[in-house]
Amino acid sequence: MSTSLVQVENLFCERDERVLFEDLSFTASAGEVIQVEGQNGSGKTTLLRILSGLSNNFEGDIFWKGQPVADVRDDFFRELLYFGHHPGVKAVLTPEENLQWYAAMHPGVDGGLINGALDKVGLCGYEDSPCHTLSAGQNRRVSLARLYLSHAKLWILDEPFTAIDKKGVAEKEQLMLDHADRGGCVIFTTHHELAIGENIRRLNLDELAGT
Amino acid sequence: MEQIVTKEQSKSADESVLNLFWAVLKRDLMLAYRKKSDLFNPLIFFLMVATLFPLGVSPEPDFLAEVAPGVVWVAALLATLLSMDSLFRSDFEDGTLEQTLLSPQPLFIVVLAKVLAHWMMSGLPLTLLAPLLGVMLFLPAEGMSGLMMSLLLGTPTLSLIGAIGAALTVGLRKGGVLISLLVLPLYIPVLIFGTSAVQAAVTGLPLAGFFALLGAMLALGFVMAPLAISAALRISVSG
Repeated sequence: MSTSLVQVENLFCERDERVLFEDLSFTASAGEVIQVEGQNGSGKTTLLRILSGLSNNFEGDIFWKGQPVADVRDDFFRELLYFGHHPGVKAVLTPEENLQWYAAMHPGVDGGLINGALDKVGLCGYEDSPCHTLSAGQNRRVSLARLYLSHAKLWILDEPFTAIDKKGVAEKEQLMLDHADRGGCVIFTTHHELAIGENIRRLNLDELAGT
Repeated sequence: MEQIVTKEQSKSADESVLNLFWAVLKRDLMLAYRKKSDLFNPLIFFLMVATLFPLGVSPEPDFLAEVAPGVVWVAALLATLLSMDSLFRSDFEDGTLEQTLLSPQPLFIVVLAKVLAHWMMSGLPLTLLAPLLGVMLFLPAEGMSGLMMSLLLGTPTLSLIGAIGAALTVGLRKGGVLISLLVLPLYIPVLIFGTSAVQAAVTGLPLAGFFALLGAMLALGFVMAPLAISAALRISVSG
């Protein structure tokens, strides 16, 4: 049944001579939705950046499907969808062009689904407007449309609900649960109160680091 | 049978790499086209230097003809340097660089396409504009082909080297000055052989040697620079 996708062992990270976490070990399996909790500055974003492979500023081991992640980097990237603080949307390109570029960069993404995905995030009719004419929430929706396009197994989402309206948040919550049901795994952070609270696992960095 | 499969696989892999190259190139050209100020900045700078130089130093045709190769080349070099900082900065700021680094696609190809797009927006127009500057500075007609050829071979190298500096400094808030310090020493060989080629063309000496050297530098940059740029980008984003 549940197979381990990401396994983290004895992770240690220090920033500006402040230990963010040490001896952090956990496993994220297929079918799990994990919320990383903690105060501002507790290292949530840092942890997600380390997990996604963007940051090398750590000690410890990370395994992807049982193998060290550094050895299987290409396979890992193929199965990863990362949503960062910056939505990764070019202001002078239209939503459609932004997603087309993303599809070109990620071979697992089906470029034919772009219009459908934009429709699903409520950007129907904005396909050809440059993103700088859209609101902050709409820009983040452009980036979130990737969730409907990608076949990636592991979603790492850093504050995906910022600037998203209530209805949008509810949809994305459901989307995360559906993804987990399909055998995916979601690791995310948020400061929103979630309606799906009982279905998710929590990883509290304050408790883990507050030794 | 097995061999056929691998051949087909490698063919489709080649195609996907080519598609990726075009997609990145097209995107960067489109971005430049929609933000035209970035496009014209280096060109205007290039033109300004050549216009102001005779006013500031001496309008004497003999003197200008003598210094023209150097002035045009230095102006082209500085114009390229000026445009370098923006190569990765906007991608870094809006998060698309992160997405690029998290792609399973070869970063070498992406970087090469980005640098080529940058060159098509800076080095290529500079090269095309150079004869005009040559005329303004009384460069003898024999020198024109040397000027164009040397810039055509030299400016891509400038873009490739400059991109290493841009990648290293993209994570810093004020990278502009640092880029110049990092990159200028590496520009000097290109400048020396570039201006020498023009001077040789003016005096009627054979040019093949200079072009061979500029070409060798370009070939080396073509192969090595994308590796350095990729590594530098990973470091910058990781920090």
